[in-house]
Amino acid sequence: MASTADALAAAGRPPKARPIKPRLGRDDLIMRGFMAVIALYLVIAIALPLYAMLSKSFSTYSFDLTAYEFQVSDEVGNFDAPPVSAAALNDELQAVSPEDLSTSSDGRLPATSFFPDFSFRSPVMYKIRGTSADAVYLVGTERFSGTEWREVDSNNFRRVMLRPARDIGFANYVTYFSTPALFQSIENSIFISALSTIITVTLAFGFAYALSRSCMRLKGFFRLVALAPILVPSLLPGIGLVYLFGNQGMIKELLLGESIYGPIGIVIGSVFFTFPHAMIIITTALAISDARLYEAAECLKASRWKIFWTVTVPGARYGLISAAFVVFNLVITDFGLPKVIGGQYNMLAVDIYKQVIGQQNFEMGAVVSVVLLMPALVAFAVDRQVQKKQVALLSARSVPYQPKPNRRFDWLAFGYCGLIAVFIVGLLAVCQYAALIKFWPYDLSLSLKNYAFDLMDGGGWDSYYNSIQMALLTAVAGTAVVFVGAYMVEKTKGFETGRSLFQLLAMLPMAIPGMVLGLAYIFFFNEPANPLNFIYGTMAILVICTVTHFYTVSHLTAVTALKQMDREFESVAASLKQPFYKLFRVVTVPVCLPTILDISIYLFVNAMTTVSAVIFLYSPTTTLASVAVLNMNDAGDIAPAAAMGMMIFYTNAGARLIHLAVSKGVLKRTQAWRFR
Amino acid sequence: MSSYLRIRNLFKNFGDFTALKDISLDIEDGEFVCFLGPSGCGKTTLLRAIAGLDLQSYGSVEQAGRDISDLPVTQRDFGIVFQSYALFPNLTIERNIAFGLENLGKSKAEVGARVTELLDLVNLADQRKKYPAQLSGGQQQRIALARAIATSPGLLLLDEPLSALDAKVRVHLRHQIKELQRKLGVTTIMVTHDQEEALAMADRIVVMNHGVIEQVGTPTEIYREPRSLFVADFIGETNQIHSTVTEPGCLALGRARLRGQTGELAPGQKVVATIRPEDIVPHEPAFREAEDSDSLLEVTVDEMEFLGSFWRSRLTGAALDSEVLYADFSINAVRRLSIDEGKSLTIELPPSRLIAFAAAGSAGETHGEHG
Repeated sequence: MASTADALAAAGRPPKARPIKPRLGRDDLIMRGFMAVIALYLVIAIALPLYAMLSKSFSTYSFDLTAYEFQVSDEVGNFDAPPVSAAALNDELQAVSPEDLSTSSDGRLPATSFFPDFSFRSPVMYKIRGTSADAVYLVGTERFSGTEWREVDSNNFRRVMLRPARDIGFANYVTYFSTPALFQSIENSIFISALSTIITVTLAFGFAYALSRSCMRLKGFFRLVALAPILVPSLLPGIGLVYLFGNQGMIKELLLGESIYGPIGIVIGSVFFTFPHAMIIITTALAISDARLYEAAECLKASRWKIFWTVTVPGARYGLISAAFVVFNLVITDFGLPKVIGGQYNMLAVDIYKQVIGQQNFEMGAVVSVVLLMPALVAFAVDRQVQKKQVALLSARSVPYQPKPNRRFDWLAFGYCGLIAVFIVGLLAVCQYAALIKFWPYDLSLSLKNYAFDLMDGGGWDSYYNSIQMALLTAVAGTAVVFVGAYMVEKTKGFETGRSLFQLLAMLPMAIPGMVLGLAYIFFFNEPANPLNFIYGTMAILVICTVTHFYTVSHLTAVTALKQMDREFESVAASLKQPFYKLFRVVTVPVCLPTILDISIYLFVNAMTTVSAVIFLYSPTTTLASVAVLNMNDAGDIAPAAAMGMMIFYTNAGARLIHLAVSKGVLKRTQAWRFR
Repeated sequence: MSSYLRIRNLFKNFGDFTALKDISLDIEDGEFVCFLGPSGCGKTTLLRAIAGLDLQSYGSVEQAGRDISDLPVTQRDFGIVFQSYALFPNLTIERNIAFGLENLGKSKAEVGARVTELLDLVNLADQRKKYPAQLSGGQQQRIALARAIATSPGLLLLDEPLSALDAKVRVHLRHQIKELQRKLGVTTIMVTHDQEEALAMADRIVVMNHGVIEQVGTPTEIYREPRSLFVADFIGETNQIHSTVTEPGCLALGRARLRGQTGELAPGQKVVATIRPEDIVPHEPAFREAEDSDSLLEVTVDEMEFLGSFWRSRLTGAALDSEVLYADFSINAVRRLSIDEGKSLTIELPPSRLIAFAAAGSAGETHGEHG
């Protein structure tokens, strides 16, 4: 009974199926264009550099002696002797051992190694050629390749250098894992990160619990103090700790003879700089706890202790897990702090620096980067999963919990938060004090001499101005790129594949440690063949790197704000034949202005404090304040380093105040519609 | 002369799910059409396909003789009002309305005049400087309407425009919208799941279910002559009694034999007979001679429920076997005939109002498909 047509109709298809393909309007094309441009930015700023780094870690370099042939003339310049390969010469002479044949990408092997009786004054002439087109050698600074014979006199022959051939393989990894000094760092890094995570999350949980569950006084002040470490580079607490517990520390007796240089210092410093991150996440998690559960528990006559373990902790478990992974990730990828106070204790992030800056071994730097990427990726993946669940918890209808006064508990909470505040403010105060005295511990008179940065290594006051310029550029350009990108990916219709690809690219930076990103930028942008090579060593690459490094959080913030806008605004505008960019300008941006300001201050503050992302990328004309702190500290100018670190603190605090004022002003002027 | 909007063989698939199946529909110029159906029936999907917001998978849409099947939204000619109104929160009422009037080469004065005209049209002239959040839901809805018709589009699309409002405002706005539509003569499609709204406002109703059109007709047609069990059930209330066709025009209901509409149903077929509660009337020989006893039934009043303007009565009877009928008796009739719980009475089931549909699961179709 059922005809073919009926069968097709049942399958959701008309008999003569011609699927409707949307004809794209101008708006669609412009929006996709924008999305493609920003996606391209992300590809260039993160995907390609990572790829370059990955391929670098698998690249090995060695001299291929069979690839070169020489011919030597007699005293009057006649080439009668037969050509002989470098390999044959080496077999005979054992001039270069097999181990010495493996080298780095910069390796050079003098051709004279194979001619023990070589003298640059002799009238003997030399000829050299490659046996294949890939064989490369240098004469002085000039680069030659190919199978053509090239004749050089002996004075020039001493400047002939063989260049290594590139090979792909796991050799670098084999070297890494067979060098205890290197792979010991994995254990160290994981140990330090895990320990710091446990301590920070525990302390932050107590702090957040006191803030949300007690009626203590000065809650606003405590919250402010707990957020202060965000405003300084992670290495500043290290400097403070040196003044407190270092060899001439103010209270070093408290360590009972243990050295602050090493695990103890790293852990204390890590707790300091990760505390606000954990506190924010856990406070949010505790804030969404349901008051009805507490009422029910109280009606069932549960003790405060029991309520804590059966209601509070399970309710905040996603927040705790999330905070733990965020802290772990921050500590394991941090570079500044272990550099300042780690002493001989090796950590992965510092290894990258040592390999690249200290030993110029870029391949090994890439290998350590890949190793460091692993725990970071795992932490990132777990955190994303947990975040999704947390959102599901948030959407449930619940009644916010209102704490009731309890004299004993409130004083306990006050005391606890007071101790944490003393720790944070104390460490910052020590840094400021150290910056203002003449010469610790011998001359304690106050002076501003430590602010004469121009007299120290590190770039002087220029580095401070550079930092401000870089942070401003990052805030402005970054916010624009992030917000426009988020808008396009949220509001473009159809184009599912493109959009999910974009989302993936936008999430990627979160998983990439700053050191790894910076090193990847060297590999990618410093490659002479790269047409973008010209930005290497400029302010532009610092801005691009910083924007990319902090892209994900900004992107997620923007997406959240955009999701709260009515989905149909775009439909209405289109039905009224108005281009999307008019809607974007007249409605979307004004409505989202508070979020846009939040993103820009986030980028500004992080650009001021970041060290790891830019340590490989600054040039003599683009030194940065945060890097100057590191370099001055390295050079032994610890007090000026502390002074510069505090400059960053005051700048960021000022920026936050300005942000607050501007936000309020803007809110009043453009957000009048929010108030009835 | 062909119709204003011509929809032919429209399909919409979401993955494996077919949201619209072979929809063909004509809408005349100036008509007010309602898409009516339960949630998930595909009515909003159809509206969004017409608007170009979510394109159909297959099939064509023509508007005023122009094929718009694959055009982007900006190249189509319609105004739209959403359930959320989607008013721009940071723009004043007048700027919201003027949004579509800018960029058209009009002077500021012209735009201002048009905005004033539109505000007068929706009776909100005094609110022009306010922000949307400062207005009530009903006022916001009227602003959204004014914004949608500002550019005088040929087609007005309303996506559940009243469902976010409370009942009183809804009834009031219903009239305003209808009046406005008549005044402007703009072809209008409204999506609603509220049958009362559809019956009150529409020139024609398109009843949809499971992605297909069940019936298209005027409100009275849809109500009086449902062409499927789904329509009979979905619109208004109806009794459903299992019965059998004995011969064309005749039904066996329990032990009773009644005349009714059997259409093309074959004798012996199991069917569902339907009749609306208000169509069942107490038989009053004094008033009216029964044309024939084939439409009379002896019943007992089981229970009576007072519903304001009428009594809903639960009727059972030996002739009905275990089936139950509900009838709405007017207050007058109840008083006149002293109908009361426990009393017996003769009811009349007018043959034109007793309509049979093939029972679910049985082969063969009747007046239409059933749900």
